[in-house]
Amino acid sequence: MSTAQAVKIGIAEMEVVIAPNVIRTCGLGSCVGVVIYDAGKAVAGMAHVMLPHSSMARGGVINAAKYADTAVEALAQLVMAAGGRKGMLKAKLAGGAQMFSFSTAGDMMRIGARNVEEVKKQLERLHIPVVAEDVGGHSGRTIEFNPQTGVLSIRTAAQEIKEI
Amino acid sequence: MTLDDIRNLTGMHIDILREIGNIGAGNAATALSMLLNKKIEMAVPRVQIATFAEMMELIGGPEQVVACVYLRIEGEAPGNMFFVLPPEQAERFVRRMIGDDSFSFQGEAHELGCSALQELGNILAGSYLSALADFTRLNLHPSVPALAIDMIGAVLSFGLLELSRAGDYAILIDTAIYDERRPDESINGHFFLLPDPDSFSIIFRALGVDGL
Repeated sequence: MSTAQAVKIGIAEMEVVIAPNVIRTCGLGSCVGVVIYDAGKAVAGMAHVMLPHSSMARGGVINAAKYADTAVEALAQLVMAAGGRKGMLKAKLAGGAQMFSFSTAGDMMRIGARNVEEVKKQLERLHIPVVAEDVGGHSGRTIEFNPQTGVLSIRTAAQEIKEI
Repeated sequence: MTLDDIRNLTGMHIDILREIGNIGAGNAATALSMLLNKKIEMAVPRVQIATFAEMMELIGGPEQVVACVYLRIEGEAPGNMFFVLPPEQAERFVRRMIGDDSFSFQGEAHELGCSALQELGNILAGSYLSALADFTRLNLHPSVPALAIDMIGAVLSFGLLELSRAGDYAILIDTAIYDERRPDESINGHFFLLPDPDSFSIIFRALGVDGL
């Protein structure tokens, strides 16, 4: 028997875990942590998305996990390849904060909100319901998902741990 | 930055980036010495080249809570500048600046404290930038500073957004400043300079070296 592991993903990365393992990512600011899971199969994938759209890329190879429009579909595929069933998939998300406030509201200032919008749009397109979310605000978040229980724990620097 | 950009970097390029950290943070350390009336030392700048995820680990892990003053660099070679220090040291700075020993970021109504810290960041980043502008003869000016006390991953990722559009690597010029003589009151801050992808070639050319 192997013991449960906490698989950690970094910024612009994604990964899939099967229970009893859990998956986590640290220090989400304007980035969004998306979890797609199949509770019945206890399998879950998480992506740490940085930017809303791959059209923002200035050429080169596209890292699917970095952009909301490519990450959601790629993540759903990964989860299904690991045993998740289409039609049974659900999503939870957290992040998309605005860490700094400036008087000049440039395009990049709203990046958190735009990331959240695009993630939701893609989930809707794939008919994956968002069952819980903790988005927006002005605080960084560290999140951990347990595919066994389907619980997403969210920690911020100033507040207590929240479970959704 | 792309992997190709990184492969094109020569030792000469790295030396230039290190020199930028040296000149910029040297000037900022002098400004801080005058402000606090004590000697501030500066470490040899480190030029870190890594993926975004690796970069977060190199600076102490994305979850570490810091006080961070952020400025956008505008002008001919745009980029991002962060002045980062542990929250308890930021509190000490502020107490000294506003002459209130009870000040804490935990409490309510710390507007004065926050503007004091913002102003400190403004002075330091401003001296860093003006030294950089003098050295390169490029027109560079800072935006209004913004302050956050939060997880370093959450605040620094904002400075990676422009870079991330052009690839998966970042070049970070990291210079630490510290005060060794008073360990009880030690100061250990970092300047992080993250030029936008196109700014590297502009900086190199301004200094008479071929770009990437």
